[in-house]
Amino acid sequence: MADITIHKSDAVQVEAAGHDEHGHNDHGPGGAHVTATGLSNNKMAMWLFLGSECLLFGGLISTYMLYRGRQGSGPGPAQVFDIPLTSVSSFILLMSSLTMVLAVNAAKRLDDKNTRLWLMATALLGALFVGGQVYEFTAFYQEGLGFTTSLFSSSFFTLTGFHGVHVTLGVVMLIALAAIIGRGRITGDKAEVVEIVGLYWHFVDVVWVVIFTLVYLIPA
Amino acid sequence: MSAVTEHVEDHGLVADEADEHHVPTDRYFIKVALVLALLTALETSTYWIHIGGFATPLLLILMTIKFFMIVLIFMHLKFDNKLFSVLFYMGLGLAMLVYIVFLSTFQFFAR
Repeated sequence: MADITIHKSDAVQVEAAGHDEHGHNDHGPGGAHVTATGLSNNKMAMWLFLGSECLLFGGLISTYMLYRGRQGSGPGPAQVFDIPLTSVSSFILLMSSLTMVLAVNAAKRLDDKNTRLWLMATALLGALFVGGQVYEFTAFYQEGLGFTTSLFSSSFFTLTGFHGVHVTLGVVMLIALAAIIGRGRITGDKAEVVEIVGLYWHFVDVVWVVIFTLVYLIPA
Repeated sequence: MSAVTEHVEDHGLVADEADEHHVPTDRYFIKVALVLALLTALETSTYWIHIGGFATPLLLILMTIKFFMIVLIFMHLKFDNKLFSVLFYMGLGLAMLVYIVFLSTFQFFAR
């Protein structure tokens, strides 16, 4: 005879955790899957991905640090960097992190309207940052700093270009997410989806915090 | 006779509940963003106000503070399950170790 002990409060929680009319019980509150670790697999995958991204950007930053003094006959950081412009871009990206957490909080309150509003605000700030980077790259090119001008320029454009591509992908993800929420197409835990996209966005911001200091502010 | 004891803790609902209880408010996030903006302004000011040899260590300290404020508060690592911290810090630690060795090999720090 089986000795089954289920606490009453626990049983209520299990029921709240997602028994549907078919008796399936593999979903937690809000439709999230209940996993062996008790943690969301999607969220864990995103953290693992971000951990691996540290290695990618670590490699690019280290390569830049090594080659930043190798400008050859081309212009160097002191001649081309526009610190006031980059400072404004950095501030914009930093503020986009604030709008992102506000989107996550709104999603947790099940407030779709504000979630979409803050997601679009974040996307707009991200697009402004990318626009600033395109302007900066164009100005550098006009000043004679091309991708193959020197080791400094190659490592600089590779590092900041990779970061710019990450921001652009983030903007696409934010716009797509806002559109999907608007159409009510998210079937699982909506707040978790917004949080996962938010993690990616904050990571992109945190990488820029490092790039801004090491590349732009600390003199070669 | 088999003993089957089900605990909801095994399914992690307790961890999720703990997370729910520590969701910071919008006002808290705005305060954190203001501090981050202030730190950025301080960083940028070193471009115009020359403080000599103190600039680099100051900038590195400010960068580190900003980095961890975003990771711990905005990315929710401070309030979330420790396993997420382990996954992220493993990547970060490995990256730092590998690239410090890499830069040392090229005698970057000796310059």
